[in-house]
Amino acid sequence: MTTIYDIEVGEEGPALETRDLSVFYGETMAVDHVSFRVPERSVVALIGPSGCGKSTLLRCFNRMNDLVRGARVEGAVEFHGQDLYAPTIDPVEVRRHIGMVFQKPNPFPKSIYDNVAFGPRINNFRGDEDALVEASLRRAALWDEVRDRLEESAYSLSGGQQQRLCIARTLAVTPEVLLMDEPASALDPIATQRIEELIYELKKDYTIVIVTHNMQQAARISDYTAFLYMGKLIEYGPTDSIFTNPREERTEAYVTGRFG
Amino acid sequence: MGVDLTRKGSRKLGESLIGTALFACAAFSTLVTVGVVVVLARESVAFFSEVSIVDFLTGTRWEPMFQEQHFGILPLVSGSLLVAGGAGLIALPIGILSAIFLSEYAGARLQAVLKPLLEILAGVPTVVYGYFALTFITPLLRLVFPGTDIFNAAAASIVVGLMIIPTVSSLSEDALRAVPRSLREAAYGLGATKLEVSTRVVVPAALSGIIASFILAISRAVGETMAVTIAAGNLPNLTLNPLESIQTMTAFIVQASMGDTPQGTLAYRTLFAVGMTLFLMTLGMNIVSQWVMARFREEYQ
Ligand SMILES: Nc1ncnc2c1ncn2[C@@H]1O[C@H](COP(=O)(O)OP(=O)(O)OP(=O)(O)O)[C@@H](O)[C@H]1O
Ligand SMILES: [Mg+2]
Repeated sequence: MTTIYDIEVGEEGPALETRDLSVFYGETMAVDHVSFRVPERSVVALIGPSGCGKSTLLRCFNRMNDLVRGARVEGAVEFHGQDLYAPTIDPVEVRRHIGMVFQKPNPFPKSIYDNVAFGPRINNFRGDEDALVEASLRRAALWDEVRDRLEESAYSLSGGQQQRLCIARTLAVTPEVLLMDEPASALDPIATQRIEELIYELKKDYTIVIVTHNMQQAARISDYTAFLYMGKLIEYGPTDSIFTNPREERTEAYVTGRFG
Repeated sequence: MGVDLTRKGSRKLGESLIGTALFACAAFSTLVTVGVVVVLARESVAFFSEVSIVDFLTGTRWEPMFQEQHFGILPLVSGSLLVAGGAGLIALPIGILSAIFLSEYAGARLQAVLKPLLEILAGVPTVVYGYFALTFITPLLRLVFPGTDIFNAAAASIVVGLMIIPTVSSLSEDALRAVPRSLREAAYGLGATKLEVSTRVVVPAALSGIIASFILAISRAVGETMAVTIAAGNLPNLTLNPLESIQTMTAFIVQASMGDTPQGTLAYRTLFAVGMTLFLMTLGMNIVSQWVMARFREEYQ
């Protein structure tokens, strides 16, 4: 039913780990006893047909599901061995360490600068704000395009630029983990390519979990791939193996495009 | 067998009948408005042929019924603005805070209870508010400030403030709700608390709608008649002291309309001049609020 490959996590253990994680929306079970580990500084792709629970699973890692009325989580989600759903954990604090980029670019109706500075400001950042904004925009490969127009509205940017702005905004909070829910699905091929290059750059410093519907994209950018089907984790392992030599029949059918 | 794509006569007739009926209704209400404006304007013009418009707008004494007449509208305007300003001081903060509470904090069940309650506040006849001010609020004020006049601007301000809370809260709430969920999620994702999400993202994004609701509410307060006539008195008085008796533009109009001012006299025409002033003020505010809404509507996609 489920195949999970041995994954090297090194001395410090995995950055993220779920154990028997289930998520319910009221009575419906959207994630069904999922257990897997995300090594530090790696890119993990979550793939699977629409409605299989990818976004729901992803949103467990920064407790975004808390915002959904009627959502309930069972099992454990650990960040460096700390249970994120323990009663002592503050979800606001979690989100400062585990950032998120959404499917549709969602900049605030503020200037480009203020978008990036938003996170640091609410976190009482005391350092050099200009430097942080510039560094974040540089990391998001957007600096050269916006350096002369930082005070313009974020909505004056193209969709692809907006998405990179959202990435910069997330980076400005200096998280360790980036969660990305189909970050390129609303973008054209060129903008998509830029985001992919960016992810490739970012994985040197960040642990990244990304949901994607694009098989080629998953194959290009991820180190590990998790295939989900109807809330269950069907197969999880090195991306190469999942795409070229899947052990589960359903995985093979999905990655070769025979269903979903 | 061909598909019949030709125009059906009966449908065409029905469409055009409905179109005509709708046009007639729209034309009727437009005509009524135009008619009101024309009457106001005609009498006002007659009034200003006898009274200088500069004296009218800058004079500080409003004594149209006295032997020696004075037609300075400033006391009436200040009366209206005093009441409206006081009402705004009460209604704007309470209104916006309840809007934030309803849209961002209250659960479905609490909303189901609170919203109808707020609507009831809007549904109470204004004459009831007037008596409430006179028989309940004024005595309270006089306990705290013994020199307070029986009729005073403060009591009127307070009830008019209560009256316009629903305008502020329901329009502001609509504006807050229109802020896309994705913006809230973005802020939460950056580690914002609920308060930070509300005050730093949702409220700024909804600002145009909130400001528009403020202006509309204030314009309602300026036009409010019954409660201020009962509670604030009929003494044209250029003052900023809310504990004194004053007269608003609306209260003057009531007073003059009820009196036996003969038609065609100057005293009669003051009604229209004051009415015109009031109309232009509220119209101006409505236009500004429309402009604010339209101008800033595209803030978020
Ligand atoms: N807020 C919600 N309330 C109720 N059910 C939900 C909610 N969000 C998701 N679901 C349900 O949970 C299941 C998993 O949804 P989820 O959004 O995680 O899927 P997904 O794999 O991300 O799909 P997609 O590829 O279309 O984005 C679906 O059956 C969906 O209908
Ligand atoms: Mg999804």
